[in-house]
Amino acid sequence: MRPREQAAAWAFLTPGVVIILLFGVAPVVWSAVLSLQRNNLFSPNTPFVGLANYRQMIHDPVIAQAIGHTLVYTALFVPGTMIVGLFLAVAMNRKIRFISVYRTAAYATMAISTISEALVFIWLFDPSYGIVNYLFHVAGIPQQQFLSSPSEALYVIVIMTIWGWTGFAVVVYLAALQGIPQVLTEAAAIDGASRWTVFRRITLPLLSPASLFLMVWLTINALQLFDEVYFSTAGGPLNSTTVLVYYLYEQAFGGANFNFGYASAIAYFLFLIIMVVTVIQFRVGRRLVHYRS
Amino acid sequence: MAASSAPAAPAAQAVALRSGRRWRLPFSPWHLVLIPATIVLIFPFAWLLITSVETPAEALHFPPILIPHQLDFGNYPQALQAAPFGRFFLNSAVVAVVTVLCNLLFCAMAGYAFARYRFLGSGLLFALIMTTLMVPFQVTMIPQYLITKWLGIHVVGAFGLNHIGALIVPNAATAFGIFFLRQFFRTLPIEYEEAARVDGASRLKVLWRIVLPLSAPALSTLAALTFIDSWNNFLWPLIAINQTSEMTVPLGLANFQGAHSTQWTLLMAGNVMSLIPMIIIFFAAQRYFIRSVAATGLAGT
Repeated sequence: MRPREQAAAWAFLTPGVVIILLFGVAPVVWSAVLSLQRNNLFSPNTPFVGLANYRQMIHDPVIAQAIGHTLVYTALFVPGTMIVGLFLAVAMNRKIRFISVYRTAAYATMAISTISEALVFIWLFDPSYGIVNYLFHVAGIPQQQFLSSPSEALYVIVIMTIWGWTGFAVVVYLAALQGIPQVLTEAAAIDGASRWTVFRRITLPLLSPASLFLMVWLTINALQLFDEVYFSTAGGPLNSTTVLVYYLYEQAFGGANFNFGYASAIAYFLFLIIMVVTVIQFRVGRRLVHYRS
Repeated sequence: MAASSAPAAPAAQAVALRSGRRWRLPFSPWHLVLIPATIVLIFPFAWLLITSVETPAEALHFPPILIPHQLDFGNYPQALQAAPFGRFFLNSAVVAVVTVLCNLLFCAMAGYAFARYRFLGSGLLFALIMTTLMVPFQVTMIPQYLITKWLGIHVVGAFGLNHIGALIVPNAATAFGIFFLRQFFRTLPIEYEEAARVDGASRLKVLWRIVLPLSAPALSTLAALTFIDSWNNFLWPLIAINQTSEMTVPLGLANFQGAHSTQWTLLMAGNVMSLIPMIIIFFAAQRYFIRSVAATGLAGT
């Protein structure tokens, strides 16, 4: 390529590449270095301590709890959102009256920020004045402490985040459903297949690429859960909702810790978990997913 | 989004034929599923709105009052007095709009260079940028904080901590945006561009006059996705911003809740005000948002 062309190419690249090198690439290296240092904002020197931060994680009981909470949350949130999304998308994939009203109701959950969502749900699930406890009262179920209860708080967060992601899952599944050629389902129906068989044998396999995408995407997001926890429980009560990213945040920026070394080690550990889980999902997924054409 | 036809209808006919003429509802039975589902989906919004126009006594009443006796809009001015929601909205809007514009410009330029130029190290540089796609934000968060702090002290004050600039600069170009536009540009027929080059148009002119107009769908998708991300971003503003006057809507709302934790009517009025702008934008541009989200889903498949 001529030098003039070279110069033009670099002129096009420079702004975007500089930003990504500065805020995307360099920090990856820097935080790896940080994870090997004893580093908090107020200590003047930052000695290298080898893998001490990673070793500290093994002996930190809160880390074990945080991993457990993160995995439990992910294991409930991901299938929960997919099932709700699939069910609603199938129900909404037809020309009936008011269908646009129904669809709009699902889409609306996409417009709400995590903080707005959490604020509404704190109020709905308020132990003393919340309407959920009122409904429980009407149904004869004993009053619950919800977000104030160590055994219930994480599940309330599962519910609020499933609600918040419903619109996303519905949109993805609806788009995939509309891509299924009608001749396939019609042919099966003419051959005498029941509606349930058509769904199980034809629709569901043809939706599998969308399901794999949703599973991977929701899992990555679930493993990084933070906003709702920070806002509605701050990891409590009794650490019962402390998930990995919340603990990392607390170490780095919560209170006056500024424990950047340890927090960076946790961040790399999280990175590892996300990579491993994603690779497994794709490996298993490739075997189960039916791609057309 | 195209209205769907009913794939289950012929199956229903088949069933009806087999079991003889069956009694049928005068409306689709799916309504029986969709109406309760819609109520559950909408209820949090409705309850939020109802609480925001109640008096504190009504909000704490047992049993809960579903329809307030009189609409009390006093919570809104009170919430506005307690926290500058207008300012939060302005900050969010500036951050989101500038971030979107920067992304469109920078990602289009870089994406075009990667799509159409072949130069020493281009493959390597592209691969390096793509690897950052996999890295979760938490890994880069702490260095990003330190870099932003340094930028503010030594380079440009407005890009430093406690300025909304700190929310724009790190997100002004993304690996996803570059990748997404590069892929799209590569699907465009190169003949138009070559013809324009032969006629003496500069590379910049080709990009601006030929490539970008042909890329409107991809650009609008990137714009919608970037806008949502920017508007809803919470963790980075939480770390970078302490000063109320520089807060965005989610951060301002979180801060407001911290100060008025059990004044539910006030909180819900604040929440409604933080929601309304995004709801309006979302429904005004619903077509774009839905299409963009659907496109990421289909692209992933």
